[in-house]
Formats: sequence, C-alpha cells, structure tokens
Amino acid sequence: MVQLVFYVFATILVGSAAMVISARNPVHSVLFLILAFFNAAGLFLVAGAEFLAMILVIVYVGAVAVLFLFVVMMLDIDFTKMREGLQRYAPIGGVVGCILFVELVMAGVHWGMSPVMPAPITGGLGQPGGAATNTGALGNLIYTHYILLFQLCGLVLLVAMIGAITLTLRDRPMGRRQIISRQHERKRADTLEMMNVPLGQGTDANGGFIRPNDSYYVTAVPGSYGVPAAEKREPGEGDAE
Amino acid sequence: MNTAIAQIGLGPYLTVSAALLVLGVFGIFLNRKNIIIIMMSMELILLAANLNLVAFSSVLGDFSGQVLTLFVLTIAAAEAAIGLAILTVYFRNRGSIQVEDVATMKG
Repeated sequence: MVQLVFYVFATILVGSAAMVISARNPVHSVLFLILAFFNAAGLFLVAGAEFLAMILVIVYVGAVAVLFLFVVMMLDIDFTKMREGLQRYAPIGGVVGCILFVELVMAGVHWGMSPVMPAPITGGLGQPGGAATNTGALGNLIYTHYILLFQLCGLVLLVAMIGAITLTLRDRPMGRRQIISRQHERKRADTLEMMNVPLGQGTDANGGFIRPNDSYYVTAVPGSYGVPAAEKREPGEGDAE
Repeated sequence: MNTAIAQIGLGPYLTVSAALLVLGVFGIFLNRKNIIIIMMSMELILLAANLNLVAFSSVLGDFSGQVLTLFVLTIAAAEAAIGLAILTVYFRNRGSIQVEDVATMKG
C-alpha cells in the first residue's frame, strides 16, 4: 500500500517536472511546478517528515510559486520568440543530462553506508521526556542545537526582503508623501474649523469641505500628488530642463 | 527508522531525486532564453536536494537532514524573491528578459 502511494506521488512528480521544462506557455509551467511541489510534499509525508511537507506546501506553493505566477503574468513578454533556440540547445542539454544521470547511477550503485556511524541527532523523538512528534523533535533541534543557523536564516530572509524592496521600489510622482516635521508641527486650528452650518444648505455656502486654504498643501512634499502645478517642481530641478 | 520508508527503501527515493535533478539541469539547457523557466528549473534542482536529505534523514533516524532541508527551503525562497526582483527591474529597463541581452550590460 505504501509502495503504491509512493509510486503514484513519484510518477506525478517526475511527470510534472518534465512538463515544467517543456510546457509552451510559462503559466502552465508554473502550474505544473505547483503540482510538482504538492507531490514532493506527498513524498515527504511518506518519508515521515510531516512538518517539512506542510512547510513545502505553505512556503513553496503559497509564496514562491505564486510569486512566479505574478511575475509571469505581470511582464508582457513575447514567449514565442523565446523558444527559438530550442532545437539548438536540446541536444547539448540531452547529452549533459544523460551524462549526469549515468554518473549518478554509477555513484549510487557503488555506494554503501559506512558501518561506523556517529550517534544520530534525534531531537528526543520517541524518548521519555522528549518530543512525541516530528514537528516537536524538529523544534527541539532548531531552537537548541541549530539556533545560530536558524537565526542566520532569519537574517538571510531579512536581507532578501530588503533587497527585493530596494530593487523594485520606484519613485513615482503619484505617491502621496508628507514632510513629517511640518505635519508634526501643525496645530488643530490649522486644519480643523468648527462651523455652524445652516439646516439644509450644507457647507457649500462656506466654501465646501476642502478649501484651498494656506495650510492645506503645507505638509506635502513638493512634486507629490495633490500639490498644485506651480509648486510641482523642486527648486533647482527646473534648471536642468 | 520510519516504518513507511522501511517498506520502500532508500533506492526509489534516490532514483526519483536523481531524475528530478537531471530534469532540472536539462531544463536549464532547454530554455536558454527564458530566464523564468531557468529559475523554475533551479527550484526543481533544490527540490531534488531536499528529497535526498529527507530520505536519508528518515532512513538513518537522524534529524539533522530535515533541519538542513529547512535551511535549503529558506535559501530557495530568498533566492527566488531576489531573482524575480532583478528580473522585474531588468524588464522595466530593457523591455525584454532575453538572457543573451544581459551581455550588453558589460561596461
């Protein structure tokens, strides 16, 4: 029974991986990648790594594959032009792939476990007083034995996040930005005004809700959205044009 | 040793992993012009490595393989995020993501 489950997952995994690299449409490639991740998660479950299977589904399918999908759909690319070199590179790729596979098989055939093994790091799984589940044992390990590496992972993710934001951030003129110090210096009297509005007339008679009084644009950064055209140019910038 | 993987053995896991690795490498060659597919192939290669680590970890009853898998997952996610960000910026500047055009960025 377990063998059947394994071979179903393995077959779909390899088949969808083949479709990822051969699909004509990149959107289909991403969808097959998602299928491959789900089946790899199934293989992890068969191997007993429940936590990693769930992490694979959440992190890969939920974040990475969806990121790929966003980028594929967002960029307006002529994908037919990209497949031009297919015939030229396929033989080289085939040769390299074949060599790699034969080498892996050779290495696998002549490989054996060492009879002398260090004591396995179990994280206290199944021992009295230890963790009862895979997740618990993994937690025992990454918060004790591997704490520095675990913290380093967080640092890597932080750097990746800052890098991605810095790379893609654009200084759009449409952004609404404030000069924070001016905003903090404002008094209530600058912005708020209590009016006695006559019944049934609204504020139109007094100039409406938003009136072009002096304080309205004071806190806006010059050039940002909502600033009048005369102020739109920063001093000095106009000289270049 | 986990009971489920004891019935299957290590060999099938390593075979699937090797097939996945070869498919990933082949995909890099096959889609030389499409950098998005190249990045997906890299994800496949990392997945093959993860599969190997998990299989060995389960057979040996040693959790360090699964911890390593966790770290590989982290690095893969960071790499995908940075790579796609670079790709987006590159597309914004050049209007294409042809890998061969990157050679023109040489100074």
